[in-house]
Amino acid sequence: MTANNNREITYLEAVREAMVQEMRLDKDVFLIGEDIGAYGGAFGVSKGMLEEFGPERIRETPISEAAIAGAATGAALMGMRPVMEIMFMDFLTISMNQLVNQAAKMRFMFGGKCSIPMVIRAPSGSGTGAAAQHSQSLEAWFVNVPGIKVVAPSTPYDAKGLLVTAIRDNNPVLFMEHKLLYRQKGPVPEESYCIPLKSAEVKREGRDLTIVAYSIMVPRAIEAAQKLAAEGIEVEVVDLRSLKPLDTDTIVRSVSKTGRVLIAHEAPVTGGFGGELAAVIAGSEAFDYLDAPIRRLAGRDVPIPYNRNLERAAVPQVEDIVTAARALAQEGK
Amino acid sequence: MTVLTSDVVTAAPPTSQRLLKELTHEKLAWMLQRMCEIRYFEEKAEDLYVRGLVHGTMHLSIGQEAGSVGSIATLRPEDLIIHHHRGHGHTIAKGANLTMMMAEFLGREPGYCRGRGGSMHIADIPGGNLGATGVVGGGIPTSVGIALALQMHRSEQILLSYFGDGASNEGEFHESLNMASTWKLPVVFICDNNQYGMSMHVSRSMNVQHISERAASYGIPGKTVDGNDVLAVYEAVLAAGEHARSGQGPTLIDCLSYRWRGHSKSDRNLYRTPQEIEEWKHKCPIRRFKQVLVDASVMTREEVEAFDLAAKAAVDRAAEEALTYPEPSPENMEDEVYAP
Repeated sequence: MTANNNREITYLEAVREAMVQEMRLDKDVFLIGEDIGAYGGAFGVSKGMLEEFGPERIRETPISEAAIAGAATGAALMGMRPVMEIMFMDFLTISMNQLVNQAAKMRFMFGGKCSIPMVIRAPSGSGTGAAAQHSQSLEAWFVNVPGIKVVAPSTPYDAKGLLVTAIRDNNPVLFMEHKLLYRQKGPVPEESYCIPLKSAEVKREGRDLTIVAYSIMVPRAIEAAQKLAAEGIEVEVVDLRSLKPLDTDTIVRSVSKTGRVLIAHEAPVTGGFGGELAAVIAGSEAFDYLDAPIRRLAGRDVPIPYNRNLERAAVPQVEDIVTAARALAQEGK
Repeated sequence: MTVLTSDVVTAAPPTSQRLLKELTHEKLAWMLQRMCEIRYFEEKAEDLYVRGLVHGTMHLSIGQEAGSVGSIATLRPEDLIIHHHRGHGHTIAKGANLTMMMAEFLGREPGYCRGRGGSMHIADIPGGNLGATGVVGGGIPTSVGIALALQMHRSEQILLSYFGDGASNEGEFHESLNMASTWKLPVVFICDNNQYGMSMHVSRSMNVQHISERAASYGIPGKTVDGNDVLAVYEAVLAAGEHARSGQGPTLIDCLSYRWRGHSKSDRNLYRTPQEIEEWKHKCPIRRFKQVLVDASVMTREEVEAFDLAAKAAVDRAAEEALTYPEPSPENMEDEVYAP
């Protein structure tokens, strides 16, 4: 298998491979969603899966996001392991009653006597020119709901390993797939493997400041770090991988080392997950090591605009991270 | 025989006579017993609420006992139900332990949901009761998934999915009945139509006379049944269940009845007249079933009346026992949110 370890595939292919391998292992795993059959899914993630698994397990639905979520919830209650694909994360607004009031709560509400093992795969994020209703990053809504886990991989390797873990998890897991990452390539072993949730990874080591990020902001932070390295600023990039459960240890360790932290996410800043991260850091032992205020770089408080320049300006880009990180590196010196 | 309105399908006397002959004495007695237990259980729960022993709120189905009992009486033991906030009747009809149920009302650790759910969320998963949903219509999409799992596992089980008249105006109702009918899932959709979505009468909330007419949109059978006639409900649901079990898909049954009490404990009945409520009390499904049994010489008057005493005693024992149970501890609550 050594040769396979150098194999490079896209993030999209990694997601597909995780599903295919889990479906081969466990006949209770099935995919449910809109246009996932002959069409191959709106982004092509399930391309070819209908041929291997047939229409019963590649379960195409009418355009009915509430019933899709209900179908996944009910099947999970019965012990199956549905993977629900929502076409765009924005459309989860229509599924919310099933996800928030049913899937997330049934276990607790019924005295711990059932479980809901399901995955909600949700293409998220802006940058495709799809404007306000096809570009959102709604993770903050979900992390505020006890009973749901939230995962947001940034690389093909993580996408595969985290999705396998999510499918085997006995709880509802929101799995965010950033649309701009779908075509990114990276090394992914062919054999199946799991990446545990609550295992943030230091994607780049550095001594001067920490950037805490997830999803698309991880590659952007790494690119920014490479530019800053040329100026002598060494940035450490922590990739959360899962927002809930959250690996606070890795964050605290990194921030305690660098003494400076920039939190980066695409979702709007107000009420965004960055506020939670800032509070976690401020309340930890890392607080004693801080040489500068905790800084957040996040989406502006606007719906995602259509115009290319406006769209870029609405969410942090590499150059924004470079500017913010450079300023933070100098703060208080 | 009491007729609700001129255009509602009622169990015609010949049907009742046939069922009275077909059903075993044991089955008929079971039906009366469950109806009485539901009635006294809810009266007892209300009494405990008034005395401050049950907190929060509750939604009583007094007057609607024939719907839950008549439908669940058709099931095999392994069949499943999913229901709603006014779900005490379904839970008892599906075989709930009255003490565990009362313990849940009282918020005690040995209750069905260990005091986490309360009156609105009772589930008995091993008993095939997959739980009550407090959001109107919220159980309907979930029932699509339950029935989908049954179909994918080639199971012979069926699911009864209950909701109210108000729920049939929710978007989730439409999405779910469309999906379930398209896939011919083994589910019977039963509308516990008590004619009021909280305070709004069905005549003001929809432009069809019978909720069963909505079945036409999904290409499935729809039937309105006199929900105060336990045998009429039985007959309709039995046919719908066989339809579902044989792979022909769902049916929509509109089970027309009336709740004697308000929507919840905060309801002061400002939207309906005392006369209307009184009229429906005269159509009491329990009294009516007793009369049918006596008239057909299935039981004597003394025998049918004895069910009240037995049910009352069983409920009293359950409440007495449940009141001795411990409350849950607030420690480690977080540990139970996620499954290991």
